[in-house]
Amino acid sequence: MRFPAKTLSLAVASALVVFGCGKEAPPPPPPKAEQPPAPPPKPTLTVKIGHSAPLTGPQAHLGKDNENGARLAIEEANAKKLEIGGAMVTFEMIPEDDQADPKQGTTVAQKLIDAKVSGVVGHLNSGTTIPASKLYSDAGIPQISPSATNPKYTQQGFKTAFRVMANDEQQGKVLGDYATKQLAGKKIAIVDDRTAYGQGVADEFEKAAKAGGAAIVAREFTNDKATDFAAILTKIKSKKPDLVMYGGMDAQAGPMAQQLKKLGVKSKMIFADGGCTTEFHKLAGDAAEGHYCSLPGYPLDKMPGGKVFMEKYKAKFNVDIQLYAPYAYDAANVMIDAMKRANSVEPAKYLAELPKTAFDGVTAKITFDERGDVKDGAITLYQAKGGKWETLETIGGAAPAPAQPAAMSGMGAMTAAPAQPAAMGGMSGMTAAPTPAAAPAAAPAAPAEKK
Amino acid sequence: MDTFIQQIINGLVLGSIYALVALGYTMVYGILGLINFAHGEVVMIGALTALTVIKLLASSGLPGIVVVLIGLLAAIPVCMALGFTIERIAYRPLRNAPRLAPLITAIGVSIVLQQLAMIFWGRNYHAFPPILPTSGRDIGGAHITDVQIVIVLLAVAIMAGLMLLVNRTRLGRAMRATAENPQIAGLMGVNINVIISATFLIGSALAAVAGVMVSANYSIAHYHMGFILGLKAFTAAVLGGIGNLPGAMLGGVLLGLIESLGAGYIGDLTGGFLGSHYQDVFAFFVLILVLVFRPSGLMGEKLAERA
Amino acid sequence: MPSLRKPWLGMLLIGVALALLPFLIGKGLGNSWVRVLDFALLYVMLALGLNIVVGFAGLLDLGYIAFYAVGAYLYALLASPHFGLHWPIWAVLPLGALVAGLFGVLLGAPTLRLRGDYLAIVTLGFGEIVRIFINNLNAPVNITNGPQGISQIDPVRIAGTPLSKTLEVFGLSFPSVHLYYYLFLALTLLIVFVSIRLEDSRIGRAWVAIREDEIAAKACGIDTRNVKLLAFAMGATFGGVAGGLFAGFQEFVSPESFGLMESVMVLCMVVLGGMGHIPGVILGGLLLAILPEALRHGAVPMQQAAFGKVLLDPESLRMLLFGLALIAVMLYRPAGLWPEARRKREFTAGKAS
Repeated sequence: MRFPAKTLSLAVASALVVFGCGKEAPPPPPPKAEQPPAPPPKPTLTVKIGHSAPLTGPQAHLGKDNENGARLAIEEANAKKLEIGGAMVTFEMIPEDDQADPKQGTTVAQKLIDAKVSGVVGHLNSGTTIPASKLYSDAGIPQISPSATNPKYTQQGFKTAFRVMANDEQQGKVLGDYATKQLAGKKIAIVDDRTAYGQGVADEFEKAAKAGGAAIVAREFTNDKATDFAAILTKIKSKKPDLVMYGGMDAQAGPMAQQLKKLGVKSKMIFADGGCTTEFHKLAGDAAEGHYCSLPGYPLDKMPGGKVFMEKYKAKFNVDIQLYAPYAYDAANVMIDAMKRANSVEPAKYLAELPKTAFDGVTAKITFDERGDVKDGAITLYQAKGGKWETLETIGGAAPAPAQPAAMSGMGAMTAAPAQPAAMGGMSGMTAAPTPAAAPAAAPAAPAEKK
Repeated sequence: MDTFIQQIINGLVLGSIYALVALGYTMVYGILGLINFAHGEVVMIGALTALTVIKLLASSGLPGIVVVLIGLLAAIPVCMALGFTIERIAYRPLRNAPRLAPLITAIGVSIVLQQLAMIFWGRNYHAFPPILPTSGRDIGGAHITDVQIVIVLLAVAIMAGLMLLVNRTRLGRAMRATAENPQIAGLMGVNINVIISATFLIGSALAAVAGVMVSANYSIAHYHMGFILGLKAFTAAVLGGIGNLPGAMLGGVLLGLIESLGAGYIGDLTGGFLGSHYQDVFAFFVLILVLVFRPSGLMGEKLAERA
Repeated sequence: MPSLRKPWLGMLLIGVALALLPFLIGKGLGNSWVRVLDFALLYVMLALGLNIVVGFAGLLDLGYIAFYAVGAYLYALLASPHFGLHWPIWAVLPLGALVAGLFGVLLGAPTLRLRGDYLAIVTLGFGEIVRIFINNLNAPVNITNGPQGISQIDPVRIAGTPLSKTLEVFGLSFPSVHLYYYLFLALTLLIVFVSIRLEDSRIGRAWVAIREDEIAAKACGIDTRNVKLLAFAMGATFGGVAGGLFAGFQEFVSPESFGLMESVMVLCMVVLGGMGHIPGVILGGLLLAILPEALRHGAVPMQQAAFGKVLLDPESLRMLLFGLALIAVMLYRPAGLWPEARRKREFTAGKAS
């Protein structure tokens, strides 16, 4: 062997020394929630909540938006000076950057687990959420994703995995039904951006549209970094569709709308949450007029607390909401709410409360089905008019409930009493969820027939 | 038929944009034999700088074209300064280093510029204000906007201008001499440092033009836009024969046509098996095919075996 | 030093140190660092594989990550509910290496006449073609499950024990990341051993001859075509092995893990460490895999120490410093951090002339 054994052993030895000396202060012991209710000076407790999203790279703007949403929820909770398990609780957010890279996603997850977080809000992408969810599940740490829409995430059978956003199946189906029924689309062109999200929504849309009797006249593709769509749009133009469905984000939907207009195509576009942003209007300019989009949940301005949230967000971060901030805000609040009801910040204890969530969020009244998917499958459709998204209608779900601050404590009392059954499946019966109105999307989506 | 003409126009416009960026790659490569990986980021900085100025002036009441020209005039010196600095800091010290060392610094520069742009301009996409006329012309049932006509003409004009510069001027002669053999050019009294700096200055000015054109045509700019654009342009430059100016133009236009015709027709020709999702595959496939038969690109000179 | 006369003592020390490393790091810095170390070992394998192509044979390859993807997807397809197959690791890994090797030949064959930067762009294209196919082969026949990726992949099992669960042996508990560490370490050592033997072999010398002067090598009777193809194939097999391990470790693969930036990162590791020099490449791989994580942990405290507050987002600063580090290292050590003695001489000689 030509290996310089001496040098290497020295290098390794010195590396060991460095690591040995570089020992950081040991992480604080796991938060002890059930300390005896000590008299006068109430013990204080810092609860760490992890957040993970891409903060660098092409999706950085969305990642920061998520982080801001979660941060707002946490700061509000801190301002309320909550008392959980007899201790004054301060929440501390640990924001991480996973670069939308699955490998970074698991590294970040491990870092959050090491930091002994009580729960995680995130990740943003399905590609990072799925591999990370296994680590959280092994560590018993609840995870609520505000924006990962791949159905697989909650189908893995992890008790710790939740999301407050309709999955691709739920949303694609509503969108497809709407396109064929309300918009009477007979010839539809579909474009997707070949990301997990775009392809997922587009495929579900295609199924629903075909079931609704529409013909798919073109199935075209682009990618999530593209700016030029002239070639595929020219092809689509030659097929004369009634509607053009796009599965992807606003950064592509905006320029696409402009290029459609330049080519003289009169057909309107329809897309899911990824394009349903104020950014779309900025990027599409006057070409935005008349296009359709959908967002899970109810319109923010119609929800109790929604307007306030928008104002607070704008005031605090001095930027517009990009997309998923309200969902991240809800996700963090759902987590804190479960801690309050469980009267504990320990993952094992409040995890049992999460499936019973019935939380009035800013996007919807959030309840979970047995998988951890959001149960109230309300999805709202919008149309671009005069540079804004105007609400058309909300499909599925119960009517938005007025805010009931009093109901919160009552619920806590109710759920605190019975001993917690371990199985999550049995919980759905206990959920005081409003029965969803007869609507296609309300029922938890059946598992996709795997090809 | 009108669809076919439209696809050809689409390809020409896209190809002209690739060509504009590719000219910058090919100039630097012709002189230094170096892939300036950071060129795409210079384009991005050009686009964002111009956009910032244009946004400031958008509501000033000046005609749209004037505003865009002012934006361009602001972006050109910024990009030139940037190109000059990049060469001085990251490439010049490595002129005699192993061939891959400057490639790594170029990647480093690319990452640094992206992060700086993210810090300065934020993570959001920036929309180009609607100040340019959206008018256009119809040719045989196909449509082309005036902005797109300008892009095509400008790409041709810039290529012609560069060829004049390289073939007819003193600076051009010095450039050719440096490209041929820097040491001997130095002995003949050419100040090769000045020539190389000049090359970077010209290439970066072109990058600024390309950046403004791209953001005007697609109405969008973003701190992350340079990477893919640079990659495509680099592919175009190699396709045409890197180091060769008309080659960059040809390669760019060819790549644009392949992409648009590929996305437009291959799906139907293969019964839907290979659709527009394989757009980049066609482009790379043609590239590989060309290089198998002409290993130095379509118009590249036969490379001397580099030691 | 006694280890001079007793090389086995040095080896023993290294062995003990490597065996204890995950415990020291896990206790001292947390298991996330052991995980970082696991990924670093995967990158070392990749860097060593690319080193054969770029470092030994001097063929610039910008699409190397394609072989990693091939290995990862092969594992995912043969050991997951996607096709209902659950092949064991000892069958999948060698097969992955073999298939990746075939892909290496597939890439090598049309590019034999190309040199330098033309080769770079073709290999880059090859990498993108592989990624695009993986991303799109969910229709008309669902092979790769497209952009959704393949989830619920079987963890690596050795003698029936899954490495994804904490293992208790003799009262010692080995968390999953530790178990994977030992597996990756064993395979890394194997790859290091193969690399060293290859470098010293007839083929290794033929590679170096091609790198230095292809025409002269041909004149000396080296069958440059076969030797080049062999370089691509050998390099690719290492990538295939690393890919299979990645799939088992993550239990999830999706096309976004195999983008162009990954190829560029691996190339940076090889060049930064010292092309063609095995210890240098190992160093480069470890450093570039660990540096961004170190910056992730260090960016906030560093700023607080320097300015008393956090001026820049840690995440912006992290990539910024990473880019600056790439530039700085190349400027001050253009032949790499730990170059081969011969290369170093060449370089200093070149500078003096």
